[in-house]
Amino acid sequence: MATATKKKLVQWGPAEVKSALLEKYPPKVARKRAKQIMINEAQQNETPELTANVRTIPGIITMRGCTYAGCKGVIMGPTRDIVNLVHGPIGCSFYAWLTRRNQTDAGPDGENYMNYCFSTDMQEQDIIFGGEKKLAAAIQEAYDLFHPKSIAVFATCPVGLIGDDIHTVAKNMKEKFGDCNVYAFSCEGYKGVSQSAGHHIANNQVFRHLVGQNDEVKPGKYKINLLGEYNIGGDGFEIDRIFQKCGITCISTFSGNSTYDQFASSHTADLNAVMCHRSINYVADMMETKYGIPWIKVNFIGAKATAKSLRKIAEYFGEKALIDTVEKVIAEEMPEVEAALAEITPRTEGKTAMMFVGGSRAHHYKELFDELKMKTISAGYEFGHQDDYEGRQVLPNIQLDADSRNIEELEVEPDETRFKPRKSDKEMKALEKAGYRFKHYDGLAADMDKGTLIIDDLNQYEAEKLVELMKPDIFCAGIKEKYSIQKLGVPMKQLHSYDSGGPYAGFQGAINFYREIDRLVNSKVWGFMKAPWQKNPQLSGSFAWE
Amino acid sequence: MRKVAIYGKGGIGKSTTTQNTVAGLVELGRKVMVVGCDPKADSTRLLLGGLAQKSVLDTLREEGEDVELDDIRKKGYGGTWCVESGGPEPGVGCAGRGIITSINMLESLGAYEESEGLDYAFYDVLGDVVCGGFAMPIRDGKAEEIYIVVSGEMMAMYAANNISKGIMKFAQSGSVRLGGLICNSRAVDNEKEMISEFAKKLGTQMIYFVPRENDVQRAEINRKTVIEWKPDAKQADEYRGLAKSIDENTMFVIPKPLEIEELEKLLMDYGLMN
Repeated sequence: MATATKKKLVQWGPAEVKSALLEKYPPKVARKRAKQIMINEAQQNETPELTANVRTIPGIITMRGCTYAGCKGVIMGPTRDIVNLVHGPIGCSFYAWLTRRNQTDAGPDGENYMNYCFSTDMQEQDIIFGGEKKLAAAIQEAYDLFHPKSIAVFATCPVGLIGDDIHTVAKNMKEKFGDCNVYAFSCEGYKGVSQSAGHHIANNQVFRHLVGQNDEVKPGKYKINLLGEYNIGGDGFEIDRIFQKCGITCISTFSGNSTYDQFASSHTADLNAVMCHRSINYVADMMETKYGIPWIKVNFIGAKATAKSLRKIAEYFGEKALIDTVEKVIAEEMPEVEAALAEITPRTEGKTAMMFVGGSRAHHYKELFDELKMKTISAGYEFGHQDDYEGRQVLPNIQLDADSRNIEELEVEPDETRFKPRKSDKEMKALEKAGYRFKHYDGLAADMDKGTLIIDDLNQYEAEKLVELMKPDIFCAGIKEKYSIQKLGVPMKQLHSYDSGGPYAGFQGAINFYREIDRLVNSKVWGFMKAPWQKNPQLSGSFAWE
Repeated sequence: MRKVAIYGKGGIGKSTTTQNTVAGLVELGRKVMVVGCDPKADSTRLLLGGLAQKSVLDTLREEGEDVELDDIRKKGYGGTWCVESGGPEPGVGCAGRGIITSINMLESLGAYEESEGLDYAFYDVLGDVVCGGFAMPIRDGKAEEIYIVVSGEMMAMYAANNISKGIMKFAQSGSVRLGGLICNSRAVDNEKEMISEFAKKLGTQMIYFVPRENDVQRAEINRKTVIEWKPDAKQADEYRGLAKSIDENTMFVIPKPLEIEELEKLLMDYGLMN
């Protein structure tokens, strides 16, 4: 009897896997999906273009989330002292309440609203008669109860349909209070192709209403902002620990463990370090134009990547004291990492991984699998754009479609009083001449091996098919995929919320990840996973005509 | 019970025609309920002698779940039951959703039960079919026969044609049919002939031609139907005639809406005849 765990005799090549994935689709769907499945040619420019950031074909069970989830859940979820008020029916408000394992440290002021759920709890009556009055009352109630510095209002789908003017309500309440910044996000779930649109809507409003509100100069040297880090499972705490050890001052994190004041003062930093390219590269661009802060791409997932990113920050400031401290910190941290690797890699070497997560995460986590000497045989993003796959050099060639035009692009000009180039043209040129790269990102494809499969917007069917054909030793995605993959007898690690683990960033985080992956890929439990009827069928029968 | 909905362009005289016709049906001994599906809640004014009705949605908002049938319907001229669905102020919320809610409410409270002994339920629906909510009365068999109020004016005919498209769509999946066009005259050239021809092209009939007459306006000022205000007026007889035609109507069709070019040609042919 054939069993699910039995290895196939024939090794499938990437082209065969691709055609097997498309085989069952109707011709039109297959043609569209074929453009989102790329056999990587690694570093070669002959790589065909991958289609990304396009609407999921109806009928396909996508892994994507909605615009509201991207705005409320991802970007604004990790801020602790802003009251996040969801304007809509109570179901959507589940995501107003700590669903993403964003951790926070309430700090000396103790102000923390992350463990509350604020919602207008829209009823049918509010749909019919309009919800503006109820929203104003809810803002007032939150203000009276907590006196927060700021209240953010999020639109759910029905709000857009009935046309509640949430921005005017927010503006009126802000004027009424005087000491509380109130603003709203038109992040109705149906807007845009994926949660990526929600990130953009969120970041635009953060930039418009928060950034630049506080000019007070904060103490500390080597001031940076960390953009696109969301403190899942405490990642941000580990990165903060390393920054502190190095003497780097992080003015603001967008938006892991962030506060209102961090956003408000972020324009006083001297460098923007971008982690998640997808969710926030445009904020880095806008801050450069408006305030003169240059930006670089960093990655604190993976011990080597962390060391590389720290060196990159130190090189930017160019002071020997910082460069030396960074080297000292790396020298202190690495032995423990190397010891862990020496113990674990003999058990993980040669094993295979698949990752379908985020708009940058799949790329970041490949670093950790590389360190474990595991091969990433297929990867992709849920909501990445073409530049996240193929690098920023494709940006001028990306055709804007109607869905992208539907998301506001802010027009930014240099701030009259606050614009200040952080380095002279000469200094910037000198750094670039020495090989330093600003605003640079090569994307996932450049780091994937030749012949691996890069797949955009993977879906339930293709995920199961991929596992069946390629039998990875571990599969990484989110909660929606978790159990369907495990039922196929393959260990599954969530890289959105880390299951119950983490942190996985920085040096200590890398060690945590090595141990977690070791535990998963070497567990014997999957071998025992056989349903009772597969071993001993209790009933047997035959057809009468047999 | 016959379930009738009256549609037509905004301002064409749907509410006036509906109420006057209902008064005519009452004289024929019919038991009628009128359901106003317009947020302005002015569909039963003439039957009730004024705008006194608390709407279904207002009641629902104030009383919550604890609503009785008698809270939302009122007895009007000749024992007709009058209901106003109501809705939000202009520019907020979703009036269409309101109509869905209030019709569901009427159903769940038993307003259509056999024990109520109704011969007719009339839905008087706002303007053109603008969204799903306003199409509610012609969906799911809430209304089974539709009459479109129209005049010889171009926009009124456009609207009638559009409403026919809506009816055709729902007729394919349900029991709704077009009963005819009611021409509420605006004294346009060749109006009667043109609307008859238009009706024929749609595959239906002009069920009645209501001439223009100032008595209608006078009765309205007195918050009454013409039949109640001046039973012996000539116009009262016209409405009696319309009521009788509807009561005896047996021609129920799935309309065949016209292409725009065809509609414009009709207007040209009749409008330029002189």
